[in-house]
Formats: sequence, structure tokens, C-alpha cells
Amino acid sequence: MKRTCLYNEHVKLGAKIVDFAGYEMPISYTSITEEHMYVREKAGLFDVSHMGEICIKGKDAERFVDYIFTNDVTKMHDHQVLYGMMLYETGGTIDDLLVYKFHKEHYLLVVNASNIEKDYEWIVSHTEGFDITYSNESDNLAEIALQGPFAQEILQKHTEFDLQNIPFFTCDFITVEGAEFLVSRTGYTGEDGFEIYGKHSDIIDLWITLLNEGKEVISPVGLGARDTLRFEVALPLYGNELSKDITPLEASLSFAVKLDGGDFIGKDVLVKQKAEKTTRRVVGLTLLDKGIIRHGYNVYHQDTLVGVVTTGYKSPSTGQTVALALIDRPYDKLKTELHVEVRGKMKKVVVRNRKFYDKSYKK
Amino acid sequence: MSKVLNGLYYSNTHEWVKVKDGFAFIGITDYAQDSLGEIVFVELPEEEDQVSAGEEFSAIESVKAASDLISPVTGTIVLVNDDLEDSPELINEDAFENWIIKVDLEDESELNKLLNADEYKETIE
Repeated sequence: MKRTCLYNEHVKLGAKIVDFAGYEMPISYTSITEEHMYVREKAGLFDVSHMGEICIKGKDAERFVDYIFTNDVTKMHDHQVLYGMMLYETGGTIDDLLVYKFHKEHYLLVVNASNIEKDYEWIVSHTEGFDITYSNESDNLAEIALQGPFAQEILQKHTEFDLQNIPFFTCDFITVEGAEFLVSRTGYTGEDGFEIYGKHSDIIDLWITLLNEGKEVISPVGLGARDTLRFEVALPLYGNELSKDITPLEASLSFAVKLDGGDFIGKDVLVKQKAEKTTRRVVGLTLLDKGIIRHGYNVYHQDTLVGVVTTGYKSPSTGQTVALALIDRPYDKLKTELHVEVRGKMKKVVVRNRKFYDKSYKK
Repeated sequence: MSKVLNGLYYSNTHEWVKVKDGFAFIGITDYAQDSLGEIVFVELPEEEDQVSAGEEFSAIESVKAASDLISPVTGTIVLVNDDLEDSPELINEDAFENWIIKVDLEDESELNKLLNADEYKETIE
């Protein structure tokens, strides 16, 4: 089992530790709901050092990253960050990731912890014909995410760099409390905030410094609330909404797929899928009966199995029990009444949009 | 440190049994509620349902996951705690005060197979 450089800090803070993607990670420090609400109303600090970082450099770096990535890398400006997927030839998803562009010959790919090895092998096996160098920096870089309406104000206290100069989905190398970090205005919560990458020792120092702002404004946040936060704003989790058997179009993520740009692996399948319409897609569900509907539960229309719940929670922000579910057409239409099987009992649900909670990004 | 009350019976799966006038009140322990975190739903069984020792009779849901509730005894449910339907968080507030079901015991000698407070304490240390 691996530990991030912040493991000892989590233990000191009294975190409940769980196994996640081979790492001993904090699931919560106090309570999932309390940590969730810190991010919605104040600020939360996450250890996301388990995430993977893969560096691509060289003359053909742009052409290569564009070839393995669903979004259009050729249109990125320097210091821009872009969200998208890597796909198999089948159109199924290898991983969803962020691409950081420093310049035309230098990119950083930030991938899910559970997929680091698989992604890296995939990248290495597709480099033929490209003049690039690549390296897996996952063990060298630590990462924390500072998220919530107070995020900017808190981080600004510790740097002379004006954070207004890092707009939404861009990044810069800045000095915070005397140390160098890569900082981007990104995150996975639906709130304004930053993701901060640095050396292990610098990240530990910054973690402690930021939490010293005090309980009035900031709390450490574990993986439990990370999942409820991303779920409420319908951001996908690999293994739930995305998998090797689910394309980004089926996952309702067409915003991260550019079919009118250059070629990328899996593109022809998606072009066909778009023309013919996918046979299923990820939608929202509201539970009309009492209970909770969760990942893996089957969805029925009368006696016919029409889909599966990909993530479900009692939404901490709204108190409503809602879910994301992959549903066969035509049962994906808004207001369609369906049933979800919960421990042998059929519970009534209705199809809704995926906007369980409004994002409040600073764009 | 989780609270353990003297005078109750306990199961290895963290349910407690309080016997009163031949009836058993069943709930989950303070240790169980603390491990689960915030409870957001208790699926209440029907009155007159049969329960068997060692078998699940319902489920309790925290933010993160659903967990089975295992009956420590055999018998018939005579009452369910309806307060939990709208306020499942009562179990977080006081796990020993907020029982889940009341069971008409079929065989009181089954209680001897359960743990007493000291024995249960050892299992959660």
C-alpha cells in the first residue's frame, strides 16, 4: 500500500483512512457532510497527491497529445488547461484527464490514481513516429486542491503573485511562501479554486500553512466529500460514469470531445456514434420513494432492464436523493418514470437533468 | 472511545439487544454509528415480519454506503421505530436510545450466545 507525502498530516488530523487505488487515503476527517459544506460555503483543502502526472516533451509533443486526447490540443494557448479523455480504438474510455500546456513542446497530463500504470503503458506504446520524450512524474510531484468561495482570498495571503492573473482553466508557476508551485484555477467540486503541484516537502509546508488559517474558514476534506461534491455537479468518476465500455458521448461529455478537429484514437467510432445517436446515455434520476440509490443498482422500465445507476447519493447540498445513471434510449427522456431495484424492492425514480447543484466557477 | 452500556447483549456485527418484559429492542452500537458516519436512511422492515438470529432484517445507509442490519435473535417484529423514517440521524445522536425494531422473542436462551458489555468492548478495542 502506498502513502502520499501528507499521510502523517492526515493521521495527526484524526482522519479515517481507507484504501483507494492502492493508496492509504483519508475518507473524512470529521464528517463527509460537514467537509462537503466547507467547500460549498467556505474553503476545503484536499490531498490529491495520489493523482498521476505524465510529462510529454519534444518537437512533436503537441501532435502526440492531440492524437491521444479527445479535446482539441492544437487550439490551446500556453498555460491553458483542458479536460478530456484518452480512448481505446473502440471509443471506450481509458481515462479522463487534464492536459496542461506550458508551450508547444511541453505538456503535463494529470490522470486518475487508479489508472496511472495503464495510462502510461498506453502512452508509451503509441509513441512510434513521434519525436517526443515522456516521463512518469507521479512519484515526484505532490498535489493539493484548495476549493471553495474563500479559496482565492486564502491563497492570496501567501503569495505576491496576483491570482487574478490565473483565470479559469489556466495555470502558472508561482512562488507561495518562498517555494515554487504549479498552480491552476481548476478543481473537481463545481466551486472556484486551485490545484497546486509541488515538491513533497513544499506541499507539506503549504498544507500546514493553509490549514493554519483556522476552522473559521477552512477544513481538510477527504475523498468522501470529494465524491459527493463532484457528483452534485455531474462531473464523472472513472469506474462509475466512464469505463473501457463507456464512450464520452454515452457519458454525456460531448463538451470534452472535439470531432471537428484533428484525428485522435477512437474518433471514428465517436463520429459514427454521434451520427447514429448513442444507444444509451448518462442522465440524472430523482428518487420519488424513500431510500438511497447507489452505484451498480439496476434500472427498469416495467419489467425491462434499461440501465444502471453509476453514482447515487442523498445530495448533501440539497438533501434530495438523486443519481447519475446510464440509461438506454428512449427511456433517457426527461420525466420518464422508471424503477430502481434496491435490495429486491422496486423504488420509483424519474429522469431529470444532471444539474443537481449549480456550479459557481469564476470565469 | 465509543460508549458501551452495561446490561445489554451485543452481537459481533455491532447490534445491541435490550430485553424488557420478554421483548427485545434492537439497535446498533455507538461504535457502529461512529464507523458508519452520518446516517442518511434507515430502511425499516414491516411489523409482523419474522427475523432470524444471524440473518439480515434490513439496512442502514450512511452518506457513503449501505450496510446490512443483522438480527441477533429469532422472533417476530412487533414494532418498528417510525421516528427513524424522517430522522435517521437520531442514531448518530444516541445509538442506544434509538432502537430500530422491537421483537417478540421466540427463544430467550439465544441471548446466552451473545456478548456481554465487557466481551463486546474487547472486540472493538
